[in-house]
Amino acid sequence: MIRNPQLNANGELTHLLTLEGLPADVIRSILDTADPFVSIAEREVKKVPLLRGKAVFNLFFENSTRTRTTFEIAAKRLSADVINLNIGASSTSKGETLLDTVDNLVAMDADIFVVRHSQSGAPHLIAHHLNAHGRSHVHVVNAGDGRHAHPTQGLLDLYTIRHYKKAFHELTVAIVGDVLHSRVARSLIHGLTTLGTPEVRVIGPKTLMPAKVEAMGVRVFHDMREGLRGCDVVVMLRLQSERMKGALLPSPGEFFKNYGLTQEKLALAKADAIVMHPGPMNRGVEIDSPVADGERSVILPQVTFGIAVRMAVMSIIAGN
Amino acid sequence: MTATPDLPDAEATLVALAERMRGAVAFDAAFVGIYSGGAWLAERLPDLVPGNHAVGFIDVSFYRDDYSRTGLKGGSRRTELPFNVDGATIVLIDDVLYTGRSVRAAINELFDFGRPDCIELAVLVDRGGRELPIEPTYCGARLTVARDLSIVLSRDEGRLALAVERHEA
Repeated sequence: MIRNPQLNANGELTHLLTLEGLPADVIRSILDTADPFVSIAEREVKKVPLLRGKAVFNLFFENSTRTRTTFEIAAKRLSADVINLNIGASSTSKGETLLDTVDNLVAMDADIFVVRHSQSGAPHLIAHHLNAHGRSHVHVVNAGDGRHAHPTQGLLDLYTIRHYKKAFHELTVAIVGDVLHSRVARSLIHGLTTLGTPEVRVIGPKTLMPAKVEAMGVRVFHDMREGLRGCDVVVMLRLQSERMKGALLPSPGEFFKNYGLTQEKLALAKADAIVMHPGPMNRGVEIDSPVADGERSVILPQVTFGIAVRMAVMSIIAGN
Repeated sequence: MTATPDLPDAEATLVALAERMRGAVAFDAAFVGIYSGGAWLAERLPDLVPGNHAVGFIDVSFYRDDYSRTGLKGGSRRTELPFNVDGATIVLIDDVLYTGRSVRAAINELFDFGRPDCIELAVLVDRGGRELPIEPTYCGARLTVARDLSIVLSRDEGRLALAVERHEA
């Protein structure tokens, strides 16, 4: 049997690369562990000593503010030393390969790599390289790779949903917008289905829907009003214009008219439905300001929970 | 194979512990139980020890000294201290005092919430075998137990019981 590359021989998490194929009890234990980390922020000293003496390298080959910052805060609250590498300005631009960069940083005693890359599979490549060269004590966290996965975002979305809605087994969750380019959507869909969510819907235009998306266990809607009916959770995705090649959309204004979340469209979901967005938001493109700032929006709590979830992930993998 | 020691009745030992605390503990001392056994005791003690005692619970998972060996096992809970730790008199409460490492971790964690005036330690059972210079202020019973045995407190429908478990080598 081929072993899941994220798990060690005892089935414990040693890298976090994707939520796809991750057992439900592993996901639940990350969410459970995140819970006490949320309360660390309420203390006078917002730190615990778990990763004292460990070095976390933020390896970002693609721009990010929120994800990189929340990983940095999470690592610092665990008492780790954090090194941020601005890869665009470093050795890769001088011709060094990804794995040579990694080997050099391992020689500097890295314990955890937090990796974001525009190429799908880059964090897998690094984890495989470390495992194959007897460096399984060094851990990799995928902070977003291409269109593939963004597992810590998926986990913080799951944590947020569980926080407001408790059990997954009665929920209808809609994921709306640019599903095609969204690693956030893929990770969340895998997480939701693994935890037994009976209905996961994806809503968007045909041009922004991946081929054979139904195979992921979701219902596809091209009419947003129809798709939002009876939903408990509405997850809006960012329109990723920077990843769009060719004319996938008539115009942002047209997109907003059909797929932007307004108060009027939100009224079709359940009265206590929550609204989520991974950020950064394009106001007036995928979400209207009164919704983004409204009482059903949990967009800012998502950011706060994201720190606790990343603390949980790093402290679990570094101990295995 | 080591002989199994005779264990005292947990409910009677709790009464004996409360007897020792009565009159000696500050009237407004907060009782902070270490999860999970100590938390059960912290819930019960305010009914047995007169005074105005706030009750808190502490989970030491993030402060343990064996993380690099054993990692983070599941089941961590939120530490809840519903009083101002700054200037407080705190009685830390644990079920079984052995090496002293959990108490060390709990003291470190308390200081991340503020600077208490005083920390005391109350334990149901002191089984010896200390690896740190930590001694209980109040103790329900003292036992001598071989190193390959664990003393475990359980709770069934509110009733406490002590049992012996053998370590896996």
